[in-house]
Amino acid sequence: MAEIAIRNVAKTYGKTTIMEGVNLTIRNGEFVVILGPSGCGKSTLLRLIAGLEEITAGEIAIAGQVVNDLEPRERGCAMVFQNYALYPHMTVAENIGYALKVAGVPRAERQARVAATATSVGLSDFLDRKPGQLSGGQRQRVAMARAIIREPKVFLFDEPLSNLDAKLRVQMRHEIRRIHTQIKATSVFVTHDQHEGMTLADRLVVMNKGTIEQVGTPDEIYDRPASLYVAGFIGSPAMSFLPGRVDAARQALVLDQGAALPLPRALVQAAAGRLVQAGLRPETLSLTAPGMGQIDARVDFIEELGAERLYHLLVEDLPLSVLSSEKQRPAEGSPIGVAVPLGAVHLFDADTGRRIEPQAAEASVRAMA
Amino acid sequence: MRRAHFKFSWIVPLLLAPQLLVIFTFFYWPSAQALYWAFTLEQPWGGGNTWVGWDNFRKVLSDPYYWGSVRVSVIYALATTVLAMGMALTLALFVDRQLAGYRVWRVGIIWPYAVAAPAVGLAFQFVFNPGAGIFSYINTVSPGWWDLSKYPWQAVTAIVIAGAWKQVAYSFIFFLAALQSIPRSLTEAAAMDGARPLRRMLDLQLPLLTPTFFFLLVINITDSFTDSFGIVDTLTGGGPFRATDLMVYKIYSDGFRGLDYSGAAAQSIILMGLVMALTFIQFRYIERRVHYT
Repeated sequence: MAEIAIRNVAKTYGKTTIMEGVNLTIRNGEFVVILGPSGCGKSTLLRLIAGLEEITAGEIAIAGQVVNDLEPRERGCAMVFQNYALYPHMTVAENIGYALKVAGVPRAERQARVAATATSVGLSDFLDRKPGQLSGGQRQRVAMARAIIREPKVFLFDEPLSNLDAKLRVQMRHEIRRIHTQIKATSVFVTHDQHEGMTLADRLVVMNKGTIEQVGTPDEIYDRPASLYVAGFIGSPAMSFLPGRVDAARQALVLDQGAALPLPRALVQAAAGRLVQAGLRPETLSLTAPGMGQIDARVDFIEELGAERLYHLLVEDLPLSVLSSEKQRPAEGSPIGVAVPLGAVHLFDADTGRRIEPQAAEASVRAMA
Repeated sequence: MRRAHFKFSWIVPLLLAPQLLVIFTFFYWPSAQALYWAFTLEQPWGGGNTWVGWDNFRKVLSDPYYWGSVRVSVIYALATTVLAMGMALTLALFVDRQLAGYRVWRVGIIWPYAVAAPAVGLAFQFVFNPGAGIFSYINTVSPGWWDLSKYPWQAVTAIVIAGAWKQVAYSFIFFLAALQSIPRSLTEAAAMDGARPLRRMLDLQLPLLTPTFFFLLVINITDSFTDSFGIVDTLTGGGPFRATDLMVYKIYSDGFRGLDYSGAAAQSIILMGLVMALTFIQFRYIERRVHYT
């Protein structure tokens, strides 16, 4: 049970800066997922919390205590590693009970706790096996059990599911969530898989190039991505972007290729005259006959997804995707219309890449008066 | 174990031939010669050998000097192996922890392996020399106390140290390679589990080193029985009072100085048998405790 406070943390190796100015507070009992592409510094951040790497600048506090100079064992964190890091020469029981053995817990108590923990993750039949004799999913459970048994203040997960096959991954995801609701320890989970992030997280932290791009609930991040980067990274199929300029007179976004997308009044006021990138989620758009929608496009190719189809279109030479359950199959290269609902456009400043929020209601009322 | 099957082709014996030729010339042929000499005796004025059965062996095994040689060989083998592997492991653990200056140490420690045994013996000749070496300082404190040409135990100590010094490098390379092949995440997991460096060494590194440990044990024991000639020859010449008359050295001195080819051949066969037996015992009883992962 602990809050983790990360204040202005930086990490450099020699002259290479891995991360800079990272600020994040993880609340007691919260499940936070750090999401980002490989090399964005998410694993490094986890290792800084664990104490496996030294912090170059800033500080990290766990349960109110600054842990910068504490050894990993003194921080009360347990970690599940990507490759599980099971001790190959020990049995499952010895693996799970190792932390207790080091801590000097008497044998009888140790065995009882190992048995109880093993049962809770469904491993009680495998206690005498060596890790080499287990399947990937079972090894994953041993790694989990080894972390759970210590009753840590903080759980750290370093891409623990990435070595499993797709089906097992979904199953283990539920398992992890179930264990979290049971023991309610503060958890930090690192992954590059947005599905994992969206399903597991109380709050998501999106990282890019060693900085935090956005922190929020999965909903907030999906509905209101704070930057072009987050918008492109979160959401599957990915958002499409079209450049344009906001025209106050026409109350619309005029795309570079000519189409005009009507915008809500509050958004026009916030962005009037600015050069922007318009973000359009494929699932919010729909197809129409050529000339009937706001945007005219050509069909590039169609991806069959079973229940739906992903239409890859070209607006002049820019890609635009539309997800639709319609069964029509227009020929490649044929013209097609795209309907854009009023609230579907996300605007990002063309220079800074930051999201442009509609002006607050009262402000717009004042502007009108 | 899966096997690949290939069609017979003349390329196979052709490719094997050079290796087989080398083994035949330098192992099977001399071994056959030794076997022949071990069971025969040259006639007094030359002119062919006569078959004598086990006579040569009986003579060797009833010779108290021979048993003295076996005794000191066993002491030498055990002492050098323990000393060399102990030092190698300690050094490898320090280098693996990347303590200050480990790059220098790594290169420095590997060097002795490149030095030939007689050169090692010669170098230690200077170190141990009672009048001029480093050990001569002992004699300035207590005159006449250190003299390896006079005191058997000092001579044995000297060849053990020189032999171990030569062996350390080889074991070190293997220990270091094995330590570095232990995944970093294992050490980190143990650190998270609360184990301090010493505890991690005992619970994690050493058990995972057992395959290397076993391999080095076999190699070191074999080497110290068969590869000690150069050091003895340059450092003590087998003396004083045959105190360092190791089995290989005795084979050489009986055979080529004493010209007792048959006796030396019998000793060679016994030494070969001894090394084979030791290796067998190690595989049979020690390998069980090895964790291969």
